[in-house]
Amino acid sequence: MQGELIKRAVGLMENGTVNRVLGWRRGEFVYDITPSVFSDKDDLEKNFVYNEFCGNNLSRYLVQESEKEGKIAVFLKPCDTYSFNQLCTEHRIKRDNVYIIGIECYGKTSADLLREKGISAILDAKNNNGTLIVETVYGEKQIPMMDVMAERCVSCKSKKHVIYDELIGEDGGVLDSHRFDQVEEIEKMTAEERFNFWRGELSRCIRCNACRDVCPACTCEKCVFDNPKSGIRNKGAADDFEENMYHIIRAYHVAGRCTDCGECSRVCPEHIPLHLLNRKFIKDYNELYGPFMAGAEIGQVSPMCDFTKEKDAEPSIVQKGGAE
Amino acid sequence: MQRIGVFVCHCGSNIAATVDVEAVAAAAKKVPGVVFSADYMYMCSEAGQALVKDTIKNEKLTGVVVCSCSPHMHENTFRKAASSVGMNPYMVEIANIREQCSWVHKDRELATQKAIGLMQAAVAKVQLNAPLTAGTTPVTKRALVIGGGIAGMQAALDIAEAGFDVDIVEQKPTIGGKMAQLDKTFPTLDCASCIVTPKMVEVAQNEKVHIYSYSEVTDVRGFVGNFTATIKRKARYVDEKKCTGCGLCTEKCPMRKVPDEWNMNMGKRSAVYIPFAQAIPKVATIDPRYCLHLTKGTCGICSRVCEAGAINYQAKDEFIEEKYGAIVVATGYEMIDPGAYDEYAYTQSPDVVTSLEYERLMSAAGPTGGHLVRPSDGKEPKKIVFIQCVGSREEDSCKGGKPYCSKVCCMYTAKHAILTKDHYPDTDITVFYIDVRTPGKLFDEFYRRAVEQYGVHYIKGAVGKVVPNPVTGKLEVQGADLILNEQVHIDADMVVLAAAIEPSRSARQVATMLTASMDTNGFFTEAHAKLRPVESPTAGVFLCGMAQGPKDIPETVGQAGAAAAKVIGLLVKNELTNNACVAHPDEWMCNGCSQCEKVCPYGAITYVEKEFKMPDRTKKMRRVAQVNEAVCQGCGACTVTCPSGAMDLKGFSNSEIMAEVDALCR
Amino acid sequence: MQVNENENWKPKIIAFCCNWCSYSGADLAGTNRLSYPAEVKIVRVPCSCRINPMFILRAFGRGADGVIICGCHPGDCHYSEGNYHTRRRMTLLFSMLNYLGVESARTRVEWVSAAEGQRFVNVMNSFVQDITELGPNRRLEDLRCREN
Repeated sequence: MQGELIKRAVGLMENGTVNRVLGWRRGEFVYDITPSVFSDKDDLEKNFVYNEFCGNNLSRYLVQESEKEGKIAVFLKPCDTYSFNQLCTEHRIKRDNVYIIGIECYGKTSADLLREKGISAILDAKNNNGTLIVETVYGEKQIPMMDVMAERCVSCKSKKHVIYDELIGEDGGVLDSHRFDQVEEIEKMTAEERFNFWRGELSRCIRCNACRDVCPACTCEKCVFDNPKSGIRNKGAADDFEENMYHIIRAYHVAGRCTDCGECSRVCPEHIPLHLLNRKFIKDYNELYGPFMAGAEIGQVSPMCDFTKEKDAEPSIVQKGGAE
Repeated sequence: MQRIGVFVCHCGSNIAATVDVEAVAAAAKKVPGVVFSADYMYMCSEAGQALVKDTIKNEKLTGVVVCSCSPHMHENTFRKAASSVGMNPYMVEIANIREQCSWVHKDRELATQKAIGLMQAAVAKVQLNAPLTAGTTPVTKRALVIGGGIAGMQAALDIAEAGFDVDIVEQKPTIGGKMAQLDKTFPTLDCASCIVTPKMVEVAQNEKVHIYSYSEVTDVRGFVGNFTATIKRKARYVDEKKCTGCGLCTEKCPMRKVPDEWNMNMGKRSAVYIPFAQAIPKVATIDPRYCLHLTKGTCGICSRVCEAGAINYQAKDEFIEEKYGAIVVATGYEMIDPGAYDEYAYTQSPDVVTSLEYERLMSAAGPTGGHLVRPSDGKEPKKIVFIQCVGSREEDSCKGGKPYCSKVCCMYTAKHAILTKDHYPDTDITVFYIDVRTPGKLFDEFYRRAVEQYGVHYIKGAVGKVVPNPVTGKLEVQGADLILNEQVHIDADMVVLAAAIEPSRSARQVATMLTASMDTNGFFTEAHAKLRPVESPTAGVFLCGMAQGPKDIPETVGQAGAAAAKVIGLLVKNELTNNACVAHPDEWMCNGCSQCEKVCPYGAITYVEKEFKMPDRTKKMRRVAQVNEAVCQGCGACTVTCPSGAMDLKGFSNSEIMAEVDALCR
Repeated sequence: MQVNENENWKPKIIAFCCNWCSYSGADLAGTNRLSYPAEVKIVRVPCSCRINPMFILRAFGRGADGVIICGCHPGDCHYSEGNYHTRRRMTLLFSMLNYLGVESARTRVEWVSAAEGQRFVNVMNSFVQDITELGPNRRLEDLRCREN
């Protein structure tokens, strides 16, 4: 598939449709991938990579790139197209400056996920109809793809490209995913258990800001956490409270805008399941205010900016948990 | 660094009895930034204010905290005082240590501690306060009146009298409204058209008033002082400027079977018509639903007979745009269709009529020339039954009934009874009522005259059924007399239904355009039911007449005058002072995401593409939010929606509120 | 239930009140001399929709044990729609706090009109009682306690 992508990208540059291509750049190792803008054909042919490790959602980079002179081509997986649409809704991307090539996706893995299964010294990996064939220094290993996919891919919400200029491969449909199962499990816990669960998770946070920096919804001109005027600026938290406030505020800020792309959890060096915070909001507003999928269409009104006079629930419906 | 003065009020013993005011003043001295503190018996008194003013001058204060009663009581007092000595009024904050401290807590120590906390929070806020200046917006000195009935006409005349231009937009071909259709008015029985037609002429002749008849307002944008309305001038197919109102076309028009709405559809008119002799403007209108030329392409007689050459079959709807400073809503009322009340046989017999139809039958300008006859056979009715509250005061609204009292029915029914008896003394009249409601000057006397002098039978009770008898042609009325507790049967010649009054069907659309609120019954709501009865909650929009609720003519005229006075009060100003505590975006932080625009209840936020000089000296077009300070009311909904925190509220900024929170949590 | 080590412990309560209804309701409680605990301290905001979840977290961060939000009854907002926004925002925020295992009774939204002085007092009494029973707010502060 990589070859096909490169061929198309080169073609678009040659026929003048675009002057740059946003894609993934080869690193030292096969799993060592960096999002990158290619403006040179030779560079593209040599260093563009597309493989089972290309998880990065590229739409966020278009906030800056679509501002620049000339059109840019971008490769978007189905879930990335939702982020793209959402950013268009928020007028963050200049749609006319982007040429979208939708590409199919059967789930992505990562070196960390493979290592967890005891597969290291990876040289290459190929998904062969649901089986990942990994070439390692110690020889070839095979493992079902489902076992080494990121959680966001296991509970993939959609194989549909909600926006594209052209497709390479097939377009799929919205899936009946089980992405809220984990949220439900947490909800079923007692308040004490939930508290302990999240304390266990959030206590690992080293506040590297990677979750924010990769998030397609966190493209603010200036983040409130960097802004002294917001009153909550903190780069490194002064105390424990500020730390957890960071996560609550961040989840709240992206509520109604988060497309559940799962990038936050992918990049977290401490493997904190941050997407479970976002999914809680998504689950809540879907249940309380009707179905809403951020990014499904351009121009949608988020349930966070909307209300119904008669039907909206009172805040007291949140169970009086507390004092167990 | 701020230099803050703290002034602690005893409020006699109201505060001092529970709060140790001296301790509060002493504690204030220890708060960083506070350079002066004092306590005083009555801070709001002349002497107290003088203390504040003198201290501001002598101590060169930059901010003031007054620990006293609720800001709702005296915030303005102290802001004015500060302002009089050159301090920005928004540098004054109140710590509410009376209503929210001394009056609700009994323990002196706890109350004193809390008062100190409240003082510290107010100081923390003043520390961050910035001087605010309310902006101003110019006022367009022209008013729009929607509706050309007696309410609209009176409002327009009063506004014009003060020297301002007024436009009346009326959807019918003539102004005059429902009042022009009435025969006589209660309780004086003077002729309605004798008083309303001169009013219409006065409107037409007033050079400050411009009438857009046969027109509708289709769009209103803008805000108080600066509305822009789009008026649709419906195609009349007759050039208003050329038409002399001679009426030749209406005489020659061969299509004469059009139900005459002016006569409540009881008579017929031609397809080209002038609603009535005194119509204003007195120009013909072609009804495109019936005109043979417009429907079939034939005829064309009117065009041939018109000497002025005013007929224009090619006319199209025109749209004009005009700017206004204020808008008066005078959309009036309609009567409900009593057809749903099948028991009264309104749809079964032409001799069952509504009061407004009865009014036309009584009128000398009506379909019978004022000769009261049964619509079915043209015979004079000898027995008439009036049924009150048809659809009024009814909880069950499935038939279109209304929970409210329509207010004018009791009086006009008494009027109908008296007038009928005056003209035809041998007529037997019975009125079925729930209650007779006659509050008003000379109203009860009038009703008593009907009963005592004219011998009108008033029966407290309901009518169960009206059955038209095809053989006798009579209407068999079966009712109950609740006082005598017996059944009543009357063979009536006519039945008159006092159908409920409801807001004009066009009112909802007008309300939506103006973002003016309506109550559950579709009447326009007032800004305050008691204190601001002719103002809509939407600034710059005023109400009068039945649009606001059922009322009679003198009340309507009074309300129209009041609305006009409010309009004049607005239009005499050259500019309006805005709310100073408005939302304000930091353009550099604005993402241009439009979320704030979606939550603003006033439409105060718009987005513009603006050029910015970037730090690297390049220029960049960025989409940023802009707040119209004349429209923003300062609720703050946008500030919470803004993901980047670019939107903040002046006077209640994020950092100010958080400083208060911090101080109170200390 | 957490046990209060200190019998005399008093909670810190921040009450955000909208200027038009609830703040006036609180004033009316004062005018009628209806008493409620002195732990309740009111922050005046123009409308309940001005209350940013940040403010609530900030209050907790600075040691508040309970935060209550008071606005006009739905349908009565001075700004016609503000409290509808508040209703959604706070429902979702509270749900999130609950999800994190923080006692959701520490936060509350109550609609109090300018005429409801007595209701304001009842609401505050019940809220203070709830918070007193819950004891000092530890969980929110502890949410990121490193493993000891």
